[in-house]
Amino acid sequence: MNNKVMYLEEKARELRTTILTMIHGAESGHPGGSLSAADYVTVLYYDEMNIDPTNPKMENRDRFILSKGHSCPVLYSVLAQKGYFDYDIIYTLRKFGSILQGHPDMNKVPGIDMTTGSLGQGLSVGVGMGIGLKRSGNNARVFVALGDGEINEGQIWEAAACAAKYKLDNLVAIVDYNGIQNDSFTKEIMPMEDIEAKWRAFGWEVITCDGHCIKDLLKTFDYMKRFRHGEKPICIVANTVKGKGVSFMEHVPGWHGVAPNDAELAKALEEINGGDC
Amino acid sequence: MGPQPTRQAYGDVLIELGSERDDFYVIDCDIAKSMKTIEFSEKFPQRHINVGIAEQNAAGVAAGLATLGYKAIVSTYAVFGSMRMLEQIRTSACYTNLNVKVCCSHGGLTPSTDGVTHQAIEDMGIYRTIPNMAVMMPADYYSTKAMMRALLDYDGPCYIRFTRDAMPNYYGPDVEIVIGKGKVLREGCDLSIIANGDLLHEALKATEALVKKGIDVELIDMHTIKPLDEELILKTLAKTGKIITVEDHNVLNGLGSAVADVIAVQGNGIMRKVGLKDQFAESGPYHDLLHKYEMDSCYIIKMAEELLKK
Repeated sequence: MNNKVMYLEEKARELRTTILTMIHGAESGHPGGSLSAADYVTVLYYDEMNIDPTNPKMENRDRFILSKGHSCPVLYSVLAQKGYFDYDIIYTLRKFGSILQGHPDMNKVPGIDMTTGSLGQGLSVGVGMGIGLKRSGNNARVFVALGDGEINEGQIWEAAACAAKYKLDNLVAIVDYNGIQNDSFTKEIMPMEDIEAKWRAFGWEVITCDGHCIKDLLKTFDYMKRFRHGEKPICIVANTVKGKGVSFMEHVPGWHGVAPNDAELAKALEEINGGDC
Repeated sequence: MGPQPTRQAYGDVLIELGSERDDFYVIDCDIAKSMKTIEFSEKFPQRHINVGIAEQNAAGVAAGLATLGYKAIVSTYAVFGSMRMLEQIRTSACYTNLNVKVCCSHGGLTPSTDGVTHQAIEDMGIYRTIPNMAVMMPADYYSTKAMMRALLDYDGPCYIRFTRDAMPNYYGPDVEIVIGKGKVLREGCDLSIIANGDLLHEALKATEALVKKGIDVELIDMHTIKPLDEELILKTLAKTGKIITVEDHNVLNGLGSAVADVIAVQGNGIMRKVGLKDQFAESGPYHDLLHKYEMDSCYIIKMAEELLKK
């Protein structure tokens, strides 16, 4: 177990390194939400999900929808590290002719299960996948990562009600609860508390965890399995920190959608790889 | 068979298709009774979903199903199907080029007495501007059934609209519809009338009257406005040089605009558009609305006579 935790922590460090390197190269992008998602994405792709990088369209693969599509550097990074495409492609993020669009395009990037970027749409797509998979006897699961700002969107709650109606125990929503949205702190822009109570009221099984503690994430995904045939969709509220791992980005709304410059990148990578995150 | 709303043909053909193939889903938004999909929901519950009054979610659910290889039909009224869920369809279904089929009743002024909130006059124009989307409106019962069959086999997102009110039958049960290929209903060399949907029936009446007056009208059912049958438009333009388009839609951005786009680059020919003149209509009987808003056969005849003097 400890070896596994250490391995995943190392992978999360690599992920953060790739994320910041690619955003720096693009000179634009969204570091804050990519870093807050880095640990649960690591655990999903390196441990939890049934996937095969050599067969990205595998019929019974678990699906992952990054509904908060602006955080795509985290997804591109993990796919690059897992070998879905050549690692050096990360340097082409947002550049002319690149497969790595500003927001994820399922028809361009191997391993991306759904095109996203317009907030609020991914959970409905997950519901459609969940219904189709369930009715066809396919055991695959669908993971949907949602921003805590994103859940302002009414469509999220349309989808939440629908998932409960269709008893989608193959659907897992992860709310990246980092407390910051584009303009400022979620508490100022649009408070959604009590988040757990809301999902529960919509008929979901709710689990709260530390979204940056690999050990807790492993435990949470393990615990989640007891609800696998419980006829309820599952919501994991991941308590996270926007910009996690880089001291000057943490908790700072300004780092939602800005690329680090050369000096900032150097400092950030030093912090991350100093093993201190 | 007497006049039928084309939404009835939609409901009926879904029952037939449900027995023939199992590669599609129907997603309703709490108007299954009105959409005539209720029977499908009872006969094929495993391939039916009702998301309630939540059109944006319906669009996303359809896209999710389509990623698994299903053809996903979203079933609602045209105002909601084109505007309430527009951006969801645009990004999750059109950008992705998935097999999502937006099938809508209450097109144009056919929900006549329901009034403006339920009259879709912008829908086809809106969807015409979205890449990858095919846009169409059949005229009657049998062409609707044929078009639904073509639509399920068409690769890519589609928008189709039906009528709430009953329409006369023009086509027979053996009609063949090819998406993107217009149908020449009468050949002529004086004037071309290009119509679609419910107003094809007004165009037929006008054609009959004009022919009686000795005007050799070419009449075309341009049921698909995108992809547009440009070849046919150029062919009829070369013959008559004069075109009237007829549509139950705002004259902005629908069939008339699509045809005008083709004609403009030719640099010859002249055309007039019959449709709703960039205004909201009102509640009232369907034919009274068509008359008041200058969309009926009388007005088409008037336009034709004016155009022939040019």
